[in-house]
Amino acid sequence: MADNPQPELDYPQTPAAPERSETPPSRKGIKRRLFLAGTALVAGGGVFALWWADSSARSKAKALVEGKGEHAFAAWVKIAEDDSVTIYSPHIDFGQGSHTALGQMLADELDAAWDKVTVEQAPADLAFANAALAKGFLPLMVGETVAGLIPDAVIGMMARAMPLQITGGSSAIRFTGEVAMRKTGAAVRAALVAEAAERLGGPERELATGDSRVTHAPSGRSLRYGELAAGAAQRPLSSDPVLKTRAQWKLIGKPIPRRDIPAKVDGSAVYGIDFTLPGMRVATIAMAPVRGGKLKSLDEAPALAVKGVETVVRLDDAVIVVGKGYWQARKGLEALAPTWSDGGHGAISTAAIYAAQARLRQSAQKPDNESGSGDVEAALSAAGARRIEAEYRVPFLHHAMMEPFALTGHFKDGKLHLWGGLQDPLSTRTRAAKAAGLAVEDVVFTPMIMGGGFGRRFPDLVEIIDQVAVLAMQVPYPVKLIWSREEELRHGTYRPQSSALLTGAVKDGRITAMRIDYVQSGSAEGEVPFIYDLPAVSRRHFAYRSNQIDGPWRSVNATQLGFYTESFIDELAAAAGEDPYRFRRKHLPEGSRHVKVLDEVARRASWGTPLPAGVGRGIAIVESFGTIVAEVVEAALKEDGTPKVLRAWAVVDCGTTINPLNAEAQIMGGLIMGLSSAMGEQVTLEKGAVVESNFTDYPILKLADAPPVVDVHFIDSGAKTGGIGEPGLPPASPALVNALAALTGKRIRTLPVLAQAKA
Amino acid sequence: MAIAFTVNGQPVSVTVEEDTPLLWVLREELGLTGTKFGCGVAACGACSVQVDGALVRSCSLPVGEAAGKAVRTIEGLKAADGTLHKVQQAWIAAQVPQCGYCQSGQIMAAVALIEQVGTPSDAEIDAAMTNICRCGTYPRIRAAIRAATGAAAAATAASVPAEQGDA
Repeated sequence: MADNPQPELDYPQTPAAPERSETPPSRKGIKRRLFLAGTALVAGGGVFALWWADSSARSKAKALVEGKGEHAFAAWVKIAEDDSVTIYSPHIDFGQGSHTALGQMLADELDAAWDKVTVEQAPADLAFANAALAKGFLPLMVGETVAGLIPDAVIGMMARAMPLQITGGSSAIRFTGEVAMRKTGAAVRAALVAEAAERLGGPERELATGDSRVTHAPSGRSLRYGELAAGAAQRPLSSDPVLKTRAQWKLIGKPIPRRDIPAKVDGSAVYGIDFTLPGMRVATIAMAPVRGGKLKSLDEAPALAVKGVETVVRLDDAVIVVGKGYWQARKGLEALAPTWSDGGHGAISTAAIYAAQARLRQSAQKPDNESGSGDVEAALSAAGARRIEAEYRVPFLHHAMMEPFALTGHFKDGKLHLWGGLQDPLSTRTRAAKAAGLAVEDVVFTPMIMGGGFGRRFPDLVEIIDQVAVLAMQVPYPVKLIWSREEELRHGTYRPQSSALLTGAVKDGRITAMRIDYVQSGSAEGEVPFIYDLPAVSRRHFAYRSNQIDGPWRSVNATQLGFYTESFIDELAAAAGEDPYRFRRKHLPEGSRHVKVLDEVARRASWGTPLPAGVGRGIAIVESFGTIVAEVVEAALKEDGTPKVLRAWAVVDCGTTINPLNAEAQIMGGLIMGLSSAMGEQVTLEKGAVVESNFTDYPILKLADAPPVVDVHFIDSGAKTGGIGEPGLPPASPALVNALAALTGKRIRTLPVLAQAKA
Repeated sequence: MAIAFTVNGQPVSVTVEEDTPLLWVLREELGLTGTKFGCGVAACGACSVQVDGALVRSCSLPVGEAAGKAVRTIEGLKAADGTLHKVQQAWIAAQVPQCGYCQSGQIMAAVALIEQVGTPSDAEIDAAMTNICRCGTYPRIRAAIRAATGAAAAATAASVPAEQGDA
C-alpha cells in the first residue's frame, strides 16, 4: 500500500496561560468590529510600546512555538541554532500564495537565505492576533489622519480584543506584509547585527548581513544567524527599523515558486476534509430547505436501519446522520423524510426579490447610503443633453469552493478539539465555544489547508462550526462532519442578488451626469471608489434583505458595482457615438494611474485594430482593494449561439508586485472566475428555497470555455501596495458583456449571460 | 463481502457494501486522501482515478465494479524511487495549483490524455480536460500539459507497461 497520507494523531496543547473570555463576533463586518474596538481603545489609549515588542504577547508567542535550540523574536519569526528560520503567517493560505509572499517580505528584510526559511500557519492564539490588519483597515474606517494618531500598541490590543486573525479584503500583503512582515524582518536583522557587533568587536557600520550571516568585512570574520539567535533574541526590537530600498531587495518582487505546491501535485497535502483520527466517525447533514425554516418532524428509524449508521442527531434546523463512513451516513440521510417549516419565507422567489428591489428603489424616502458630487438632477434634465436609463440585475452567486465544508471535532478531557479550514482561527474558537457551552480556553482549533474559500470561510458565517461543536459534545468518539455539494450550494452565504437603475446624460461627447441607484443588502460606499471625473455623479444604496444570508464573495461589492458602472459607461459611449476605450479615457483624471492602466491594456490588446468576422472586443476598468485593473476580452459565438471567450488581457497597478508569478496567477484566476460567474452562474429561489443543486445545474466555466491564455501585465507604479486576490475579478463581467454588445448589438443587462441567451 | 483489486500495484481487499463508491473506499478504507470529493455526481472530476487504464470519476463508480481491476491514484504516479511523473513535474514548473484541491483530478485527467494520444492538440485538451477548477488555473493547466507532452509521451511508453505488469 502507498504511504498513508493521514496525519499522526495530534491533540495540540491548549495555550498554557488562560485568556479572558471573548464574546463571539456577531454577524457584522470586519470594519464594524474594528471600529467599535478602535473607538473604545483610542479613548482609553496611551500605551507607547510597539505591538510586536509587546512583552506579554512576545513571551506568550515564545511559549507556543519555541522548541529546543529555537529562539522566537516576535510573534512572527523564530530562528534556530541550525540557521533555520520559521515565519508564522497570521493569514490562512487557501491557494492565493500569501504564505510564500509574506515569507519573502520578512526574509528579505531579515537577509535570510531563502532555502532556510519555512512559513507556517500561526497558532490560533491571541498572541498571534494580527495587529497589522487592524492598522491597515483603520484608515478605511476613521480616515488616515485619525488612524495615524493611534499608537501601534493600541492597535495590537485592538487586534487581540477582536480577536483578529482574518484572511480577507485582499489584505495579507498590503497590510500584514507591508506593516508587520517587513518591519519585523528589519527589526530582527538589527538585533542580530547588534549582537554580532558585541561578539565580533566591530562597530555596526562595519557589519554587513546576507545569506543568514553577519560579516565583519575588515577582519573577514563572520557569525551565522543560528549562532547569534540566542543572544539576539534577548535584545529589544527596534520600534522603527530601517527598511531596505527597492534596489536592495533580493526576494521581494522575484518570481519565487510557492512552497505549498509540491504537496498539492502528489496527493500528500492534507486538507480539512482529509483529516482523520482513530475511531473517528463521519457525519453528513440535511438543513432546512428554506433558510430560516426549522425541523418539524422526523422518524429516525429508516436511517438507523441502514448498515453502518450509528446515530441520528436533530438540530433546530437540521438533521445529522453519523455513520462509519461518509457513504453510510449519506445513505442513512437519504432514507429519512424529515418535514420542515419555511420560517414564513415560502413566498420568496428570485422574481419576487427583483420586484421588491424595484419597488424599494422607487418608493424609498431616502437612500441608506450615498456618495457623489454635483447637481445630478439638474444635469440630467439639462437642455441639449441626451439622457439614457437602464436597469441591471445580478443574481445570488455560490462560492463553489471545491472542498465542501468539513470539520472534525472531538470532546476529550474537558476540551473541544477542532480541525478544519476556516478563514479566521481565533473567531472559530469563540464561535465553537459559544455553541458548545464551553469557555474559549477549552476550545482548541487546528487550522488545516483549505480547498478554496472565496469569502465563504469567515467563521461569522459558517454554521458548520456550531453543528460540529454541538455534535461533538453528544458523541463519545471523534466525528468529522462533511457537507454534501448539494447542501453546500443550497445553504450558501451568497454574493447578494442585486439590481440597479443607472441614469446618465451625454452632451457634446462627454458625460454630464451619472446616477447609480442600487439595491442590495450591503453598501459599497467607501469601499468601491467611483473612478471617473464627472461634473455630477451620485451613487445611492438602498438596503434590502431577503431570507438569504448575504456574504462576502471574492471582490465583494466590486463585482456588482463594477458590472453596473462599466456596462453603462459603454452604453453612454454608444449614445455619444464614441469608442469605449477613448470615451473612458477622457473621463478619467488626466495623467492618473487609471489612464496608464487603461492605455496599457488597450495597447497590449491592439485596441482599435480590425477583428476577424464574428469576434467582438470589450473593455472595462475597476479599482478595488487599492488596486486598479483594466481588462480586454475578445469573444465570439459558438455554433450553438452561446458565447466563448477567445482571448483576454489584464493590466494591473497594485503599486508593487511582491511575487509576479503568484500575482499573475491571482489576476488570471480572478478574471476567469469573473467570466464564469457572468457566463452561467446563478442561484435562484422558488418558494423560499434554492433551486440549483450541484454543478450539473450551477455551471462553472471549464477549461474549453476559458481563454487559453490570459495576458497579465503589471505596472510597477511604486504606489501604496494594493491587494491582488480579488481585484482581477470585477472588470471581467462587464468586459465580456461589452464584447458581446459590440459583436451582436444586443446589450445584456441581466446576468448570467447564458440564461439570457436561452430566454 | 470482501472485494479485492489492486491500488497502485498493491493488492487490497476491503469489506464494504458493493454500492460504496470507489472514492470513499480509497479515502476512508485505504487512507488515500489525494483523491478528492467535490460533487458526488461525476460533474467536477476532483475524484478522477484510472481503472484498468481508463479515466474514471470514482465518486460514481461502485467499488464492486472495481473488483479484480487495477486502480491507479494520484499517489501512484510517482516512480518507485520517488521521482515525480513528468506531468507532476510540469505542474510544479508551471506553478499550476492555487488551492490545489482539484489538482489531483486534473493531473490524473492529463496523464490519461497523454497516455492515450501522446501529444494532444488544443482541441483534444479542450475535449478531455473537463474537470472544474474554481481558482481558474486553466491557462496554466494547458501550458503544463503542453510542456509535459514531449517528455511525458516518452516516459509513458516506458513506464506504463511496467506499472500495469505490477498490477
